[in-house]
Amino acid sequence: MSLFLIAALPFLGAVFPALLIRAGRNAAASAAGLTTFLALMGLLIHIPSVMRGDVVSARFDWIPILGLNANFMLDGLGFLFALLILGIGLLIILYARFYLSREDPMGQFYTYLLLFQGAMVGIVLSDNVLLLLIFWELTSLSSFLLIGYWKHLPEGRQGARMALAVTGSGGLAMIAGMLILGNIVGSYDLSVILQNKELIQSSPHYLPALILILLGCFTKSAQFPFHFWLPHAMAAPTPVSAYLHSATMVKAGLFLMARMWPVLAGTDAWFYIVATTGLVTMLIGACIALFKDDLKALLAFSTVSHLGLVTMLLGFGTKFAAVAAVFHIINHATFKAALFMTAGIVDHETGTRDIKRLGGLRKLMPITFTIGTIAALSMAGLPPLNGFLSKEMMLEETVHTTWLNSPYLVPGLALLAALFSAAYSFRFVSHVFLGPQRSDYPAHPHDPPVGLWLAPAFLVVLVVLIGLYSAAIVGPLVTVVSSAVIGGEKLPYYSLKLWHGFTPALYMSVVATLGGLFLLALHRRGEQLWNALPRPEAKAIFDNVIGAFTVFSRWVTDGLHNGVISRYAIILIAFTLGLGYYAYSTGSLGAATREALPAPLIPFIGWICLVGATLAIMWFHRNRLLSLVLIGVVGLIVSMAFNYLSAPDLALTQISVEVVTMILLLLSLNFLPTDTPWDSSATRRWRDAAISVVAGLGTGALIYALMLRDFAFPTISEFHLANSYKGGGGTNVVNVILVDFRGFDTFGEIIVLGIAALIIFALTESVLGTNVRSYLLNRKPHWPQSGDSHPLMMVVVTRMMMPIALMVGAYIFFRGHNQPGGGFIAGLIVAIAYLMQYMASGYTWAIERQRFYYHGTIGWGVLIAAATGLGAWFNERPFLTSDFGYLHWPPLEEFEWATAMLFDTGVFLAVLGAVMLALDSLSRFAWQPGMAQEFPMDINPLRDNPPEEEQEKEQA
Amino acid sequence: MEALVASAVGIMTAAGIFLILRRRTFPVILGLSLLTYAVNVFLFATGRLALNAPAVLNKYEDVPYTDPLPQALVLTAIVISFGMTAVIVMISLSAYLSSRDDHIDMTAQDSVDAPGEDA
Repeated sequence: MSLFLIAALPFLGAVFPALLIRAGRNAAASAAGLTTFLALMGLLIHIPSVMRGDVVSARFDWIPILGLNANFMLDGLGFLFALLILGIGLLIILYARFYLSREDPMGQFYTYLLLFQGAMVGIVLSDNVLLLLIFWELTSLSSFLLIGYWKHLPEGRQGARMALAVTGSGGLAMIAGMLILGNIVGSYDLSVILQNKELIQSSPHYLPALILILLGCFTKSAQFPFHFWLPHAMAAPTPVSAYLHSATMVKAGLFLMARMWPVLAGTDAWFYIVATTGLVTMLIGACIALFKDDLKALLAFSTVSHLGLVTMLLGFGTKFAAVAAVFHIINHATFKAALFMTAGIVDHETGTRDIKRLGGLRKLMPITFTIGTIAALSMAGLPPLNGFLSKEMMLEETVHTTWLNSPYLVPGLALLAALFSAAYSFRFVSHVFLGPQRSDYPAHPHDPPVGLWLAPAFLVVLVVLIGLYSAAIVGPLVTVVSSAVIGGEKLPYYSLKLWHGFTPALYMSVVATLGGLFLLALHRRGEQLWNALPRPEAKAIFDNVIGAFTVFSRWVTDGLHNGVISRYAIILIAFTLGLGYYAYSTGSLGAATREALPAPLIPFIGWICLVGATLAIMWFHRNRLLSLVLIGVVGLIVSMAFNYLSAPDLALTQISVEVVTMILLLLSLNFLPTDTPWDSSATRRWRDAAISVVAGLGTGALIYALMLRDFAFPTISEFHLANSYKGGGGTNVVNVILVDFRGFDTFGEIIVLGIAALIIFALTESVLGTNVRSYLLNRKPHWPQSGDSHPLMMVVVTRMMMPIALMVGAYIFFRGHNQPGGGFIAGLIVAIAYLMQYMASGYTWAIERQRFYYHGTIGWGVLIAAATGLGAWFNERPFLTSDFGYLHWPPLEEFEWATAMLFDTGVFLAVLGAVMLALDSLSRFAWQPGMAQEFPMDINPLRDNPPEEEQEKEQA
Repeated sequence: MEALVASAVGIMTAAGIFLILRRRTFPVILGLSLLTYAVNVFLFATGRLALNAPAVLNKYEDVPYTDPLPQALVLTAIVISFGMTAVIVMISLSAYLSSRDDHIDMTAQDSVDAPGEDA
């Protein structure tokens, strides 16, 4: 199966659980399981080539300019992790089906889980660091959803936030690190980066890149001092903890360290940062785990400790340590996932995870006891289980490690950590299962149904088998993975077997086991001591830090955004003026190269009207109705100016927009106060006036200077003029630009227009749902209402006008490609034709006769435009390439057709729908009961039978 | 002619900005409309002015054409600005009807009442 498909399957499959949950929980779980199973099978098909040491790859250039390519590769390392992710994922899906209760939304759970799975698979298969980063962030996001799955629990929400904050900020650091790395090498392809060890390590940017990348790895893999988020993430349901926090997500950091090992490891910086962090984490995690009473917290800190172990091994930078790290990753995933599931079973069946309230479950839950004990003993590192093997290898390697010239420091601390590790493992067994049976369990414990214990049992079988027959079962896998980690070089000698003879590691193991038993015996004393010690509380520190950030950002935000909009506007305008002044004072102004056009009398009269109206608006703006009339004057003069200055399309558009805007503003004024009171001080008005005058002078001077000079560079308009007819098949260049050359812009613009109309609709809906409606119904109008709301003359005239107006619309539309006109203008004209009916005959009358919804009109418009654009693809042309030709149908004159016409139809419909939806929404504010009349007029010219009064007269 | 257009743009800009700086919704809407005219004419004028030279190709004789590109941009700008004006009108109308107050500025009380985040 192609690697694309393996990576994509979980994402595709994520849709199904959410949909199938209506068909029942089994259907949702099966869909998730089947998806994972298919992906797993797809992965397993590649076993032969992976085991040969080949690298399977799939490449697809996504955004090559950025170096972002969807390249995937599958080598031993990726294979191991993908196997863990998909294999354990399958077990978790089974386990979660029985674990989650009836109240939990299971469809959501599996959807989140598959999204997470897909992101993880993406990380481990990526062959491009940018792609890897995308998947990396996706795991942070999807794990946020999973950790916070129980939304009703505050701990869940807080834990999810903390995990997102820590891993997300680590991810940001890693993005920077990866970009530096890609910059050093000159490629973002992992396979290229991995070939350039010398180049990277000799670069002066090696250290910053290393630290930034490690920040990402350490936060993700919960290394000290970022380990604190992992225990808080345990508020998630247990299947999530078992999956994310034992097998997969926390291992992503380890994976990346292993992936980058060939190029980053081997330096002193790497050794001291990575190995020390790992060692400290291993020790601290093991120590805290011993004193945790919550089963899952114990396991969480133990996970922290084991992740530290692997980190330390990777940090050693030797090949043997890399083999041990790989082997321990496999072993830890098996026993820790089994332990988490066991903890979940105990919690599920007894009703508590508090070790202090448990004990003596051995007889009550024999199956769980067996599974839990074997897994815990493997974690303690007892033979013949798999944990023993990798721990031995770890101890063996520490003996050969010197840290700052001290040969005893690392083995000593590692031994101490192993000792604590044995102690908490024994505590897990003895304090939960051994001891006397109790009578005060919150529930009646018994073994769970097979669905719950099957998955951990399978893992425990693996634990035993890997321990006994390690060389046979995982030997080849370890070989392949290790050689992938160390970059294909020759592997050192190692053997996976239980008995290596009397080695230092063996003695250390014995000491650790006995010491662990001893510590357990002293646990009560130790606990008193532990509780008496002052310890920093990570959550409190985290909350304080976040709190400080919140206070700071609130201070900044409140300082800048105090809610005074005019202040924002002043800042914007003053800044723009400053920029303009800077440009003016530093630049130079050439001499005028164009001759000014003459200004005859009539344009001058227009100018007087416009300036007079504008000044009058300033003067009378407190009288709102009057200022509306005046602004209409300005709009009309502007459209006439467009027409005079050779822009007939603009004139047509402006004048029709003017009509609908005026109607809109008049309608809204109906509900707003009629006057604007004086509420700013004289100083403030003078200040505003000064700013406005300066802005006006600047703008006017700028455009005046611009108009008197020729273009500094040749314009692209020449191209449009030359190709409009040849390439677009139309003589109206403005229209051809709109529907052809820049069709994509127009496409975006009709979408924006549609969205604006939908916003207006949604606002109306939400406002009318509140007590505003009752206010509107009881409102007294500002002005006396007309006695005859639908005058006969107007009704008759508008109905007569309707077909004529529609025909004008059609005419404007069809001539658009060659003469001034087009979809925009036609849409506005047809909208006005409809609006006339609304105004003359009333909203209710018009709405009853409306056969289509405006939402649909907008939608069809956008769809038609999009379909026209897509049509070009079928002819193997880019989106929105238009085609045209000429037809001759006798007796008509030869005429031209163009696919742009179809696009223009989309524009027409979208504009029509948007304008109508906006005004229709506004009209709904005016609705009053009893407005519906069969006939808007007193006399209906269509009616056959005379009105009742006349009938009565006749009868009389 | 250029002086007329430039002075008209300047005066409309000044008036628009003055009205935008008022404290009630309706003058701000008027100001935005005026500023829209000013900006549209400004953009249009960047194509330089021409008389009797519409950008409609003449098949029969070689005539000068004005710059069509700013016109196309302004055409969509006019339509979009209608959409934006409509949205602003609806927002201010809804705000006024909900609170019977058409001030555009938040008062100190409004910031206090802003919904906080959950624990």
